Amino acid sequence: MPHDHHEDDFHHSGMSPSGHPYREDDDRPLTYWQTMEIAMREILIEKGILTPAEIARQIDEMDSRSPANGAAVVARAWVDPDFRHRLLNDASEASREMGFDIGPLRLIALENTADTHNIIVCTLCSCYPRNLLGLPPDWYKSRAYRSRVVREPRKVLAEFGVTLPDSTTIRVHDSTADMRYIVLPRRPDGTESMSETELAALVTRDSMIGVGLPKSPD
Amino acid sequence: MGGQAAGAVLPEDHDYALWEKRVDALMVLCSSKGYFTVDGLRRAIEDMGEEAFETMSYYERWVAAVNQNMIETGAYSLAELGERMELIKARGNTYGEAADA
Repeated sequence: MPHDHHEDDFHHSGMSPSGHPYREDDDRPLTYWQTMEIAMREILIEKGILTPAEIARQIDEMDSRSPANGAAVVARAWVDPDFRHRLLNDASEASREMGFDIGPLRLIALENTADTHNIIVCTLCSCYPRNLLGLPPDWYKSRAYRSRVVREPRKVLAEFGVTLPDSTTIRVHDSTADMRYIVLPRRPDGTESMSETELAALVTRDSMIGVGLPKSPD
Repeated sequence: MGGQAAGAVLPEDHDYALWEKRVDALMVLCSSKGYFTVDGLRRAIEDMGEEAFETMSYYERWVAAVNQNMIETGAYSLAELGERMELIKARGNTYGEAADA
């Protein structure tokens, strides 16, 4: 009975008990909302509002964005003080300088220091530096994260395995539709001799959201 | 929702399905063409109320919100959408079958 939970999953419209979507594969029963997506897409193509090529290109572009893009920007800021200055001054422009398409949104880089740690959230919806990091992880969009990180950031950080000294100031930044944040994490100790490429490999997605720290060398 | 009580943040993630990527693309393209703004999208999502947050997945809320905005802006009518959805349902029982016109 490989599909003994099939019916049950279908009736829950792809939701897990914790409120996260199950992965929906193409061979699963067609849902109402999938039907709406197909209908909307076909109508928009027939009316000449969109073309199939535009849709395919947009999906490809979004697929090509990943935390590796943000990691490259962070590593550059760690090795190049002038770039770091430009990044903190205008993160959109500095990212474009590296060839990343940031779109019209204003991107702001928040620098973690010895005594200040930054975290990003979107309490209203799910705004995320998607043009640099790709689509957000499910938990970033969850009710739990959005509700709690603004009220008890230290507890949420602990759940991600990060414990900061009480003396560290934690700043939580709430994104808006027109303004997105990215955290510039602190460069780990013991990385003085590492190349920019090696450094980029230490920069995790979570460290750019602020719920994680960069990996330690070796 | 910011500041409200809630349970633990579960480190969950999933790979996006094709239909979810398509909804994302439709949102980006239609808003970049000026049919609606991010605020319009969010207003439609917030109008769905608490229950939608509990019973619908993320991209289910999005497809509903994009559709709501496109109908409001006159890109197509509710009747056109309904007729098309009936045609699509007749094509097959899975997304793969139904999406291949």
